[in-house]
Amino acid sequence: MKQHILPALKLTFISIIVLAGIYTLAIWVVAQAGPNHGIGETVSVNNKVVGYKLEGQNFTADNYFNSRPSAAGYNAAGSIGSNKGPSNPEYLKQVQDRVDTFLVHNPSIKKEAIPAELVTASGSGLDPDLSAEAAMVQVARISKARNISEDKLNTLVVQQTQKPLLGLFGTEKINILQLNIALDKLK
Amino acid sequence: MNTEIVGVVAMFIITVLLAIPLGRYIGKVYSGDKTWLDPIINPIDKLFYKAGGINPTKEMTWQQNLVALLVINLVWFLLSMLVLMNMSWLPLNPDSNPSMSADLAFNTTISFVSNTNLQHYSGESGVSYLGQLLLMFFQFVSAGAGMAACAVVFKAMKEKNSDKLGNFYVYFIKSCTRVLLPISVVIAIVLLFNGTPMTFQGKDQFISLQGDTVNVSRGPAAAMVAIKQIGTNGGGYFGVNSAHPLENPNYFTNMMENICIILIPIAMIFALGYIIKRKRFAWMVFGVMTIGFLLLVIPSIYQEMKGSNAIHKMGLVQNLGSMEGKEVRFGPAASAYWGITTTVTSNGSVNAMHDSFTPLTGMFAMLGMMINSFYGGVGVGFLNFYIFIIIAVFISGLMVGRTPEFLGKKIEAKEMKIAAIIALLHPFLILVGTAIASHLYAQNPTAYAAWLNNPGSHGFSEMLYEFTSSSANNGSGFEGLGDNTPFWNIACGLVMILGRFLPIIGPLAIAGILAKKKYVPESAGTLKTDTSTFAIMIFAVIFIIAALSFFPALALGPLAEYFGMR
Repeated sequence: MKQHILPALKLTFISIIVLAGIYTLAIWVVAQAGPNHGIGETVSVNNKVVGYKLEGQNFTADNYFNSRPSAAGYNAAGSIGSNKGPSNPEYLKQVQDRVDTFLVHNPSIKKEAIPAELVTASGSGLDPDLSAEAAMVQVARISKARNISEDKLNTLVVQQTQKPLLGLFGTEKINILQLNIALDKLK
Repeated sequence: MNTEIVGVVAMFIITVLLAIPLGRYIGKVYSGDKTWLDPIINPIDKLFYKAGGINPTKEMTWQQNLVALLVINLVWFLLSMLVLMNMSWLPLNPDSNPSMSADLAFNTTISFVSNTNLQHYSGESGVSYLGQLLLMFFQFVSAGAGMAACAVVFKAMKEKNSDKLGNFYVYFIKSCTRVLLPISVVIAIVLLFNGTPMTFQGKDQFISLQGDTVNVSRGPAAAMVAIKQIGTNGGGYFGVNSAHPLENPNYFTNMMENICIILIPIAMIFALGYIIKRKRFAWMVFGVMTIGFLLLVIPSIYQEMKGSNAIHKMGLVQNLGSMEGKEVRFGPAASAYWGITTTVTSNGSVNAMHDSFTPLTGMFAMLGMMINSFYGGVGVGFLNFYIFIIIAVFISGLMVGRTPEFLGKKIEAKEMKIAAIIALLHPFLILVGTAIASHLYAQNPTAYAAWLNNPGSHGFSEMLYEFTSSSANNGSGFEGLGDNTPFWNIACGLVMILGRFLPIIGPLAIAGILAKKKYVPESAGTLKTDTSTFAIMIFAVIFIIAALSFFPALALGPLAEYFGMR
């Protein structure tokens, strides 16, 4: 055993230098040429930062497209999912409450038209996206709150829908921050 | 066809297409053959040999290799405890995060040194940037150590009659510098350009469109995310791992990260084929593993895309599928595919919350970890499979009345005893751990109320999953479990050590003993191990051991929940 202690110590030392030091530094140097120097891309409206491009944020007002429920309360310094099991009665009641609240705010919508993702919490608590259905189902409410025709809003949702990767892989989605910024610009 | 399905099929095909050449490359690396990276990496390796005082040409016995592995792990253990318990005042801590308590540091240290990456802390608030970089260092070296142990076994399988089985240090260094590091550099850079942060600045703050003040955690994430995916580590930079939009920004990065999860585990099989010059044997192993993997992944994808029964009864539309704990940019198919790939290998990173999976998907994820060798962790996955091969050879030898032989070596009582102990160790650790935890909880549900986030059989599943994940060195969790308590930190810590090192020691010992035995040339009486008959035999052994050991526990957990929800 003794003859292995010294090599172990020395090898650990040199591995730290190369694998934790030089590797990290090299990636950091490349990051300086990356998007926003690797500190995270932000989104600005009128030269004011209103969010991070990749991270979702909370929209609860009637005149915005609402984001998905979040166990983290959209706290971007404390990501967390609900971790509720599918059979948990307390959880199912919570979903039912969200459905009821939604129906109060959207009286023209039937329960059967609510997509589940709009009343279930995301994995990160920071989901930046909505499905097209989850956006469409909110159009009538926003139309009333903003006095903009439903047709215009439907067009906006279609414009903002991002196709699957290369049109082939994965889901369709709509970035909620971009959608609501575009909504604010709509007259 | 549905684009979500096309996405997961593409991921699997690309993985296999990449794994074949990578396996050949890894085989060349361990055999000491020339590769195209030599001009760049030879000087780096020389630096390691020189600084470490290692003679790369000196070969060691299996016992010497084992001691080398254990000693260096002990050094890492001490180093990690020291840093994690003092990081609050050490440099690189812009967010002023605290040091860890002794029990949490113990758990985290073992977790990262053993390649498990179970996390009883949250990345944003539980570690400093120095802590993150230290953990990232362990992600490299624990993967490298596992691959090195596997390389020693490969060498032993190749040897006709020798007790010299290569040099652990050389295999370890080569695994880090020639496999893990180059791939990590590429992955980290791609992540970076997709928006994953790589900075030493602390938290940012902004006011959202709706007027809320929001804090944003950042840090040197891109470098860590790369190695945690490729080294079957799985310890995320942020609390929610690859569900976090900064850690896994879009479907493209999701495909890339998911391919990384099983790339090296599959490549190691082809590396074996190259080293022992038996390609048919490698394809047989790949076939068994792939069939097992598909049997778990296909029903999981189906279940998640079908959606939750309870939500369906509420009358809501589930066109996407079950979406609790999932992200819209990945969708249920890619989330279920990730969930199974991460559990059959011992990766343990997640892109959706496993606690919120529908009951059967949760069960298939657990089964992946219980079997732990449908691809398995980098290096150690094949070691687990090796045990099943030995048992299958022995049983089928007895069934047909032939001498049990594997690659020209007689399997005798001593090897079988070791194999049986290792095969039973995993169920033992999982079931005893879960039994103790359930007993404590049942005795005093109010005192331990904070443990479980869900009642009934799902709560039992949370405990079962935690011990399964620890023993399989996986690191994912049913994260609703309130696991940062001395009981869970210490119990899981102990299970992780035993679940890591005994399944390395066992196969090393068997392979070492076999390598020394006299080589018996193949004859008409030899049991062929590269045929489909033998593949079925291995599969049966795996199925019987896993089913018999775990069915009762699974019946109390996910199966009870499934039938309760119908």
